[in-house]
Amino acid sequence: MQNSLLRLVLRRLALGVLTLIAISLLITVGVEALSGDVCTAMMGQMASEDKVAACHRALNLDRPVHLRYIEWLVNFAQGDMGKALTNHREVVDVIGNRIGNTFFLAIASALIAIPISLALGIVAALYRNSLFDRSISMITLSGVSVPDFFIAYILMAIFAVSFGIFPAISNVDDTMALSERIVASALPVLTLTLAVSAHMMRMTRASIVSLMASPYIEMAKLKGVKPGRIIVFHALPNAWSPIIQVIMLNLAWLVVGVVIVEVVFVYPGLGALMIDAVFLRDMPIVRATAMIFASVYVILNLLADILSMASNPRLMHPK
Amino acid sequence: MSKVDYEIYKLQKRVTNGGMNRREFIKAATAMGFVATAPALYSHAAHATPKKGGTYRVGFGGANTGDMLDPADNGDTFMINMNMGGCRNALVEVNANGQAVPELAESLEPSADAKTWVVKLRQGIEFHSGKTFDADDAIASLEHHRGEDSTSDAKSVANSLGNIRKDGQNTLVFELESGNADFPYLLSDYHLLMGSADGSGKVDWASGDGTGSFVVKSFEPGVRAHMVRNPNYFKSGCANFDEVKMTAINDAAARMNAMATGQVDAIVRCDLKTAPMLEKKSGVSVIQVSGTKHFTYPMDVRQAPFNDNNVRMALKHGIDREAFVNTVLRGYGSLGNDHPISSNQNYHAGDLPQRQYDVDKAKWYLKQAGLTGLDVEIAAADAAFNGAVDATQLYSEAAKAAGINIKVNRVSPDGYWNNVWMKVPWSACYWSGRPTADWMFTIGYKAGGNWTDSYWDHARFEELLVAGRAELDEAKRNEIYVEMQTIVSNEGGVVVPCFANNVDAASDALGRPAKLAGNWELDGSRSIERWWFK
Repeated sequence: MQNSLLRLVLRRLALGVLTLIAISLLITVGVEALSGDVCTAMMGQMASEDKVAACHRALNLDRPVHLRYIEWLVNFAQGDMGKALTNHREVVDVIGNRIGNTFFLAIASALIAIPISLALGIVAALYRNSLFDRSISMITLSGVSVPDFFIAYILMAIFAVSFGIFPAISNVDDTMALSERIVASALPVLTLTLAVSAHMMRMTRASIVSLMASPYIEMAKLKGVKPGRIIVFHALPNAWSPIIQVIMLNLAWLVVGVVIVEVVFVYPGLGALMIDAVFLRDMPIVRATAMIFASVYVILNLLADILSMASNPRLMHPK
Repeated sequence: MSKVDYEIYKLQKRVTNGGMNRREFIKAATAMGFVATAPALYSHAAHATPKKGGTYRVGFGGANTGDMLDPADNGDTFMINMNMGGCRNALVEVNANGQAVPELAESLEPSADAKTWVVKLRQGIEFHSGKTFDADDAIASLEHHRGEDSTSDAKSVANSLGNIRKDGQNTLVFELESGNADFPYLLSDYHLLMGSADGSGKVDWASGDGTGSFVVKSFEPGVRAHMVRNPNYFKSGCANFDEVKMTAINDAAARMNAMATGQVDAIVRCDLKTAPMLEKKSGVSVIQVSGTKHFTYPMDVRQAPFNDNNVRMALKHGIDREAFVNTVLRGYGSLGNDHPISSNQNYHAGDLPQRQYDVDKAKWYLKQAGLTGLDVEIAAADAAFNGAVDATQLYSEAAKAAGINIKVNRVSPDGYWNNVWMKVPWSACYWSGRPTADWMFTIGYKAGGNWTDSYWDHARFEELLVAGRAELDEAKRNEIYVEMQTIVSNEGGVVVPCFANNVDAASDALGRPAKLAGNWELDGSRSIERWWFK
């Protein structure tokens, strides 16, 4: 069993590396296909031929794109992410400042959203088709149907403007104590929690409900097991696989998909950095952030598969 | 606060914000019953004296993660405020009345033909690092923008400074190619800031070391900056805050929210849609100052149909300027007269009749061009200015009445300056304006210029441009620039529908000079050194 799991992990990691290379290639082609480059983007209205030429010389941009890409790949493989083309800061420093912020936001939202949606999903499955089930479904589905920036503005109007409990902008920095950081990020965390809960809650409910007609559940009922116990100890263990997949998908989204929330709350995360870098055609930063985002997907997908296997005896012990 | 107190407080606020003079205030205050105390109330509002202390928190738009402390690259408010108003100084500054006055220079003396300028530097000024500022620093800082490898946004300005040499450690001599009476203004450019040079004539810009009112403590590009007061600052009454915390808030709604909830003490560039609501909030003032920024529609006059001035005049009469100011600018602006010199600038042609939306005239000009109708296409994107696409639709609708069919081609804002502006025959554009008429005409209207977006070439205009630049006699200069504005307005290739005001907001806890500078947002980008907490 351990062998099969190990083999899976190794194979998936190798595939993951290939995925990363493919993505770096796609990103490079994509950004190159956009009009202009970092020099014209920085100079904007004030660009002129001699200045752009001088800028190309200074940044070594006069070499063909495939040579620049290969050079980057070689350096990246050795752990050197290079320097930003715009202000020549080390990419590691630029990203280092923000990666913690992004993961803090994702983890904080996940810590609230996952237990709540699991619990709500279980309770909704237990009392399915009751008033409680319907109202929970309605509330969470409204949360996911409304665009996240709109939720953000509504929360801001209530908690920042009307009551002044939380700050309207989440300008977190390294010098903040954890408690200050929590208060400062409260509104973005709440926004993201509302945005991801519905999906996880609905999936929990659906996968439990779909098992409720199974013979072994029928058996448990006939034995006189209480409904709550049936769901938690009989149905849930067999329902984990799809739930885990959905949780991981939402976790990945919490890391890579929160640009709009970052912009609305002025939260210094990786998403806003990547958008900025694409506008400026700052290739080293675009590639580095893309690699981080892609790795998050690869790792979380792998984790989802491992956990699904671990939760499913049939997959753990193949005949 | 009683109702009467509140009314007088509102009047005082208008005085402080520069919206009311002494005579008007005393008249209004007397009418409210403040007969004896009116003059004192006025002077309290107008001459509030700076106090030291406090942390000034400001929210800026126009920041990005590629920002740097090298002024050669600075182009938007965050960096201009941090560099020019904060940690560094130029040789010359523009004061609230729009005049060029010495900053790190002590005096500027022209020769009779305005070709040679002798600039004496202030002595005993220290950089934050403790080094004394002298001619070598000034030369290194200016040369940084010149030369073949320069990518500086101020390359053309720096190149126009001619030969620079030092005469002792405290004097610079500039030998220009041709006379320029506006030379001091060139040195006030926000790129031409003074940094400390090392032995080899290079400046380490990234350190943030300067002579400015505040010392850089930390700087995270596109996110925030933290500065503390320079205790040795050379200007009196300036550098009043203990600390300055600048925050990048590019989203206009987020900026308004930060101001409304008191997370910052001031913001740059209000969202015009919600500014009236912010204005109603007690403790916050929306500050409106007329500036030089204008929106334009440059036509390529080399191409048909724009090569016919009658067509250009028809198009200039086909735009509803009033509607433009009222909808696009929500009233925070003034009418443009198809030339780039704003009403608060020197040599503005005030007697030139205001061009109006006039369907009959537009038709008449079309007839002169031998046309009964006109089909033209214009490219627009919100990169040109906020609301450019809607504004251009508005233009298109208004022009229809005159038989002019303007097809608005909505293009991508990404790469707009690179792919669209000056590449297609007609497009939307904006100019932040320049402090002098000569500078604006030279950069945007001179024949063959890099940024002459109408590709216009007018013999008389070129002649006047050269004559005006070297003219030291004010009356003659005025005549020249008025004639140039008239020519541009009647024969030029650019529609200038409006001038946009600088619209910022600030907490009423802040003290501000009675008159605010209009050359840039937030008091000429110098609120950091000029403002204080009451």
